[in-house]
Amino acid sequence: MRETIHNDDWTLEIYPKASLFKLNLKEVWRYRDLLILFVRRDFVSVYKQTVLGPLWFIIQPIFTSLVQLFVFTNIAQISTDGIPPILFYLSGNVMWQYFSGCLTLTSNTFQNNAGIFGKVYFPRLITPISLITSQLLKFAVQFGLFLAIWLYFFYDDSAGVINPNWTIALLPILVIIMAGLALGSGMIISALTTKYRDFSFLLSFAVQLLMYSTVVIYPLSVAPLEYRKFIVANPMTPLIETFRYAFTGSGTFSWLYLGYSFVFMVVLMLVGIVVFNKVERTFMDTV
Amino acid sequence: MSEPVIKIENLSKQYRLGTIGTGTIAHDLNRWWSTAILNKEDPYLKVGDKNDRGILGDSEYIWALQNINLEIHEGDVVGIIGRNGAGKSTLLKLLSRITAPTTGSIKIKGRLASLLEVGTGFHPELTGRENIYLNGAILGMTKAEVSAKLDEIIEFSGCARYIDTPVKRYSSGMTVRVGFAVAAFLEPEILVVDEVLAVGDAEFQKKAIGKMKSVSEEGRTVLFVSHNMASIKNLCTSGILLNQGGVEFIGTAEETVERYLQDDLLAYESGEVIDKGGNKHVEIVDYQTFRGPNKSISFFTGDKLTLEVTLKFNEYIGNVDLGVNFKTTGLELISHINNFDEHVSISGNKGDVKKVRIIIESINFAPGTYVIDIGMVAVGEMLHSLENCFEIDIQKGPNIGRPNIFPKNAKVFTPTRWEF
Repeated sequence: MRETIHNDDWTLEIYPKASLFKLNLKEVWRYRDLLILFVRRDFVSVYKQTVLGPLWFIIQPIFTSLVQLFVFTNIAQISTDGIPPILFYLSGNVMWQYFSGCLTLTSNTFQNNAGIFGKVYFPRLITPISLITSQLLKFAVQFGLFLAIWLYFFYDDSAGVINPNWTIALLPILVIIMAGLALGSGMIISALTTKYRDFSFLLSFAVQLLMYSTVVIYPLSVAPLEYRKFIVANPMTPLIETFRYAFTGSGTFSWLYLGYSFVFMVVLMLVGIVVFNKVERTFMDTV
Repeated sequence: MSEPVIKIENLSKQYRLGTIGTGTIAHDLNRWWSTAILNKEDPYLKVGDKNDRGILGDSEYIWALQNINLEIHEGDVVGIIGRNGAGKSTLLKLLSRITAPTTGSIKIKGRLASLLEVGTGFHPELTGRENIYLNGAILGMTKAEVSAKLDEIIEFSGCARYIDTPVKRYSSGMTVRVGFAVAAFLEPEILVVDEVLAVGDAEFQKKAIGKMKSVSEEGRTVLFVSHNMASIKNLCTSGILLNQGGVEFIGTAEETVERYLQDDLLAYESGEVIDKGGNKHVEIVDYQTFRGPNKSISFFTGDKLTLEVTLKFNEYIGNVDLGVNFKTTGLELISHINNFDEHVSISGNKGDVKKVRIIIESINFAPGTYVIDIGMVAVGEMLHSLENCFEIDIQKGPNIGRPNIFPKNAKVFTPTRWEF
């Protein structure tokens, strides 16, 4: 055997450390079939052996909104900016549940998949992306429900006039920012929980508390001015406000706030990618 | 010689022992401070013991693999052997990119697929067919590749009838069959296989070994970890013996297996009884052979052996399955006996202490050293199990006339009568 082999066209080189931002999207693309199958699995398997099946996707936000309607409108009498209350709460819930669902699921990526990750390699990023996507299908169903109720109020203006406007066109951007926020923070938390389980405890109630600092159950306009900046500092607030403004014409719309959410998302994603890349290589040793 | 398709240089992997607690965060901070801020070496890389299970080290860090240098060439079928904890699985994990090395590098040419478990990622709610697609994709196949081979996969699994039933209704054997069938139709240039052939029934094992053999005959490179020396010798062209995280020997499969078995013999001299525990509803409190206090006993082939086991019932148990294993020092099980063989039932009430004598009229093992384990099971759960209770050294007695030694791999002596 010769001492040196002048051949450097290795398919794969494994070193202890990887570069920080290397995302390897090419590899993710190669595994796109797996992504689709994961999405299918998550979507199909959840409601197997249930009678109502995907109807559960709809039942959940309806009942949440009805309870909120009863507590916050009928008892606490918090204003809904002139939007029919059920539509107001439904819009908040549909948006918030997508975010919180994605966040909770992606933050458990490593723990929930330790069994698979410990036995076979595929780009780990596939898992959080598949979660975001399967949640998107759920969001689509819930959004359909929202749309149906919205159409009802659109044609029957006895409960209040709603003025949809051009900002509806921003909906895809809102969803992208929302998914990015959830994916970014989910990746960071998932990386932290592999070593310190404290973060999974923290997350479960942080998501609940965070909902109250987001404009899910009250409009931004009723928040006292001195606290408003804290509510707007929450990057989910501009998204829900814009969503409501787009479909009903009341609420707050500001390019500045929306831009802030976008920048926040980009920063979270970058940090998330760095942390996730670092952890995915050795998490099996600590999970 | 052909060019290497895998080149491993200075590969090491360090693990931290014990549980992760408050010490972790302190070490993490210390490591971050010295590497990122002071720009020095990682302080925890210097410490670290050799990976020896039996000896209590004083370092929290251990090298599961240390300074491995290997080259594997195209078409090689390499058997990787070594005792538990020698680093075999760690090496496979690093090759399969499940975890990253601590130092060193691995270079691979061609597509590598690893099979460390069969049926990885099977979802119980999905049908066999859906799981074939899912598992195939997890192993790196595209949907089109799976579709093209679907009929063959289903046929190989022998589960055609159940293929549209959710996997949760399958028996464990069927799940394994479907899982292996998918893996069998992977077509990577390099295949890494952990001990997955030791599953399923005899017929399926034969099928699996046959498939492995045909894969290696197609000229693909295979890395194969097993404790089954027979299949290593049968399948592999070369072997690597790992010991305590280092490469101890590289050679042909035969040579490596020989070397391993020799090593193991030496290791057994200091072997302790290993208490594998159990739910202890019945406990083994004492055991003896009436051949002196030593753990190591010796006698001739065909001698009588009496084992007395003292059981303490901590609960009422109606049907104890008391079994004794006879293993070679290579940990190959050659005989197993239990009370059901002789239609004997063992039961007891809470608080009972019972002595059970197992009389083996003649131990017909070929000369060599064997290890005895004693274990008890009831309703599918381990009650208590002790490994390596005795080492028996069997010699050829005067009753056996053969002048020369037994062939190397013969383990059982079969008494015969010759007539003319």
